[in-house]
Amino acid sequence: MAHGTAPHAAPAHGTAAAQEEGQQHPIRLYLVVWGWLFVLSTLSYLVDFFHLQGLLRWSLILLFMMLKAGLIVAVFMHMAWERLALGYAILLPPLAVLVFVAIMVFESEHTLLTRLQFFSQGAN
Amino acid sequence: MEGLVQTHGAKAMERPGGWRGFVADWASDQRAFKNVSWGKAMMWIFLLSDTFIFGCFLLSYMTVRMSTTDAWPNPSEVFALEIAGTHMPLILIAIMTFVLITSSGTMAMAVNCGYRKDRVRTATLLIVTAILGATFVGMQAFEWSKLISEGVRPWGNPWGAAQFGSSFFMITGFHGTHVTIGVIFLLIVARKVWRGDYDTGRPGFFTSRRGRYEIVEITGLYWHFVDLVWVFIFALFYLW
Repeated sequence: MAHGTAPHAAPAHGTAAAQEEGQQHPIRLYLVVWGWLFVLSTLSYLVDFFHLQGLLRWSLILLFMMLKAGLIVAVFMHMAWERLALGYAILLPPLAVLVFVAIMVFESEHTLLTRLQFFSQGAN
Repeated sequence: MEGLVQTHGAKAMERPGGWRGFVADWASDQRAFKNVSWGKAMMWIFLLSDTFIFGCFLLSYMTVRMSTTDAWPNPSEVFALEIAGTHMPLILIAIMTFVLITSSGTMAMAVNCGYRKDRVRTATLLIVTAILGATFVGMQAFEWSKLISEGVRPWGNPWGAAQFGSSFFMITGFHGTHVTIGVIFLLIVARKVWRGDYDTGRPGFFTSRRGRYEIVEITGLYWHFVDLVWVFIFALFYLW
């Protein structure tokens, strides 16, 4: 048992030291991420500039959005180096918003349908 | 059970029961986020709640846009500008995006310099970040006044669905407020760093607690979040 705890103690010490120094990462990494954010923003602007339409437009917009969001959260906000307990506590709950999105898609389709029905009756 | 208490150290005392126990259990000694200070954990939890606020704004925007029978105004044209005689679609929003991303970059650098206790560089980078943030808010003010002068109101606009105006003012207004608050916080922290508060352990004027350079990182979390929200607004409101 004592043997089992020994390897655990070492990383615990390591993280305690890391806490004192805070999140230290090479400046180069930040510059690379910064560059990528510029590239991704330019690409998403070009989606609009070249008037891409339909499914291609929407999928590209969402792809660039998620990549940018991922880079900001993981590197700039240091989530990639935090313990999983914090990561899951913060990143899982927003998924509930997606359930809400699904509910509201049904709701707004229903609203649109009733509006179309009502307005077409009013025209007669 | 007893063994579990024993492993927590020599001062394994008996836990109080009843309401005292309830308060004691929630108040101390129970720590989920092992190597994260309370300040950082609380900022993350605040940002989570803010995520839901902006999530609901974007969600209601989706709902009104999907359910309206009128055509939605084309953001690409609404936010276009004439620059040197050329018609540039969405150019102002693109510039605002780049300004905010740049400010996120300088913020990340400030955090890095802060942990190296490089006082002057940290303060300078924080001020640069604040200036970029203020520039963003300025451009947003320009955008708002342009749209208002063109007749966009929360209850209607010349180009189509009335819900466009209400969504626009609500979402960008709330985001702009966040940026403004962020700029104020950046300036406060920059002043403290400049004065060396985090080196000398000078108590804060509001909390009377000693600050550490971690404050720079926590302020940075808020600032990056503001940038993060803009990523979603840019994609879902302006580009969609």
